Amino acid sequence: MFDGMQRRVASMWLPRLPSDRALRLRPVDGPFVLTLKESNAERVYCLNAEAERQGLSKGMPYSDARAYCPDLQSRAADRVGDAGFLHVLRRWATRYCPWVGLEGDDGLVLDITGAAHLYGGEAMMLSDMRQRLSRAGLTAQIGLADTRGAAWGLAHFGEGLAAPGQALAALGALPIAALRLEDKTATALMRLGLRTVSDLAGSPRAPLARRFGPELMMRLDQALGRQPEQVTPLADPPHYGVRITLPEPIGLQGDVMAGASRLLKALCAKLKAQDVGARVLCLTLRRVDQEAQTVELRLARPLRDPQRILPLFERGVADVDAGFGIDQMRLEAVQVLPLPAQQISTVTLSCKDQLDDLISRVGTRIGLENIQRVLPADSHIPERSFLTAPAAYSEPEGPWVALRPRPLNLFPPEPIAGTASQPPRQFRWRRMSLSTARATGPERITPEWWLVDDNWRSGVRDYWHVETRQGRRLWLYFTPQNPGWFVQGEFA
Amino acid sequence: MTSDLATYFPLLKCRVHEVCGASSLSFAAAAAAQSGGEVFWIREAWRSERLNPVGLSEFIDPSKLLIAQVKDQLEGLAVMEEVLRDGGVSIAITDLSEAIGLTEGRRLQLAAKAGKTIGLCRISEGMGSNAAETRWRCAPVLDMDDSTLQRWELIKNKSGTLRAWNVRWNAAARRVHVAASVTE
Repeated sequence: MFDGMQRRVASMWLPRLPSDRALRLRPVDGPFVLTLKESNAERVYCLNAEAERQGLSKGMPYSDARAYCPDLQSRAADRVGDAGFLHVLRRWATRYCPWVGLEGDDGLVLDITGAAHLYGGEAMMLSDMRQRLSRAGLTAQIGLADTRGAAWGLAHFGEGLAAPGQALAALGALPIAALRLEDKTATALMRLGLRTVSDLAGSPRAPLARRFGPELMMRLDQALGRQPEQVTPLADPPHYGVRITLPEPIGLQGDVMAGASRLLKALCAKLKAQDVGARVLCLTLRRVDQEAQTVELRLARPLRDPQRILPLFERGVADVDAGFGIDQMRLEAVQVLPLPAQQISTVTLSCKDQLDDLISRVGTRIGLENIQRVLPADSHIPERSFLTAPAAYSEPEGPWVALRPRPLNLFPPEPIAGTASQPPRQFRWRRMSLSTARATGPERITPEWWLVDDNWRSGVRDYWHVETRQGRRLWLYFTPQNPGWFVQGEFA
Repeated sequence: MTSDLATYFPLLKCRVHEVCGASSLSFAAAAAAQSGGEVFWIREAWRSERLNPVGLSEFIDPSKLLIAQVKDQLEGLAVMEEVLRDGGVSIAITDLSEAIGLTEGRRLQLAAKAGKTIGLCRISEGMGSNAAETRWRCAPVLDMDDSTLQRWELIKNKSGTLRAWNVRWNAAARRVHVAASVTE
């Protein structure tokens, strides 16, 4: 910090952030709480001002709260969403200064050194913050001081502005908890008679440090500026989008592909810098008449190699209607996955690459989830002895074990005449008259009672491998609990 | 020598072949097994009949199988051409429900040639395309000793004579054995 510039820190406390956020999404009148399940009991997690006026408090059991306040409305808390919202606010707060960090999970800290005059002074800046937050429906308490500690104390206990160098005067009358102390320490200090910050500042340091450890004095020094404390700004998450604006509209497919190639190079450089690969890409082509056309590309696995991605766009770009021309192109990696750098050496890898590229390319035509592979499953039920999964989202698995001969294909059971427990000598199937020459079986398969399957309502099945005089080798089954014969598959 | 099954059966590469008959599925599985690489199987999504990978494991390793579910035959042919031209798989198999014209057949042949891939179309009886390199008719034959005996007839051959063989599938060796050649 250069001379003559006094460091100024603002601390913004949002005491009702979760409930304010919930009410922003869907406003309600009257007392409102958010509940969170903690150690098997629903507890009040956050509440609005009306609920507090009726005597409810944070952390009280939800059933008690309802007993106090019969017209209480509640929703479940969403802590992940709240954390995301706080990050959004952090990004918003960079409108005041570039140096914004998080303070716990319900506050922001802004280093506004040298930025206040842009808003016409500190008081104006604070009122601007308050005004904008209250317009957004957020309850906020803001403190401004020379240090982070003092600003925190003011935000939580006094809400105000400490003039430069006047931290002790502003903090002095505040309770000892304004120094960000642990509850235990604060209680012990109260018992000693040290109730306010000025009491503590006027006491001899050595006995207190011996009694409470170095942290107490550290907190005091941090608040009064004798010991430095930094504000750590959070970096913005990386953004995987690039765009190009063209001086003249273009319409030829080759031109669009050339533009896409430039964008792709820039995007892949971004992806490479973060060691990630794109899984889903979206190319938006804006026409001169402000219409936008989108080409979505879903890849079989994360990639960041422009030479391999570019040909996959060809099909989608060919379908685009350029109208009077395209004057802006935007390419965004919608979904990215980690893709660490790999040693490229062997031949086998490139073979797998080729197959993945093929899956991506065919996937652009018929949909990536329509290219499937089969995975073994642990079941005796023929229909469930394998799983089909999208090839792009699964790895081949093995081994495959056929304990008994199984047919090459399976079809929905087709009934044939017969009720005896032995395979019929003569039967008609698919308009063919067949006669049994040899029957191997039975192999009894019982339904899996733990899964509901309508096809297995008829009970256990006795499977027979039937070879007919006409040549066809069929997989028949008999249902003894509900006598009837069915054909379900055909052997080689 | 030209009438030996070995001349024709590991199907000629860079060409598209056709197979019909009751055992066309096992012929396709055997052809896939002989090709020895990745298998791409194109099926129309509306068919209720499903491949059973547990049964196919007698022929090929099902982890090398990719199944594409297509909307209709036109889409299936487009995918087939793409896959054949790419060359990343060793055999592409498709189930055709309607006869294809000479143009489609020829396009598939050119794609297979470009990608050095085998193409195989499962067709109904009498539905073949003139562009096919070979066409086979396969039917199971009753044999009291063995349950894999089949009769494979070569009913169209662009580069050789027509013949028929009785064959068995040897699951342990994963290859076809000729039981006895059939004379017409």
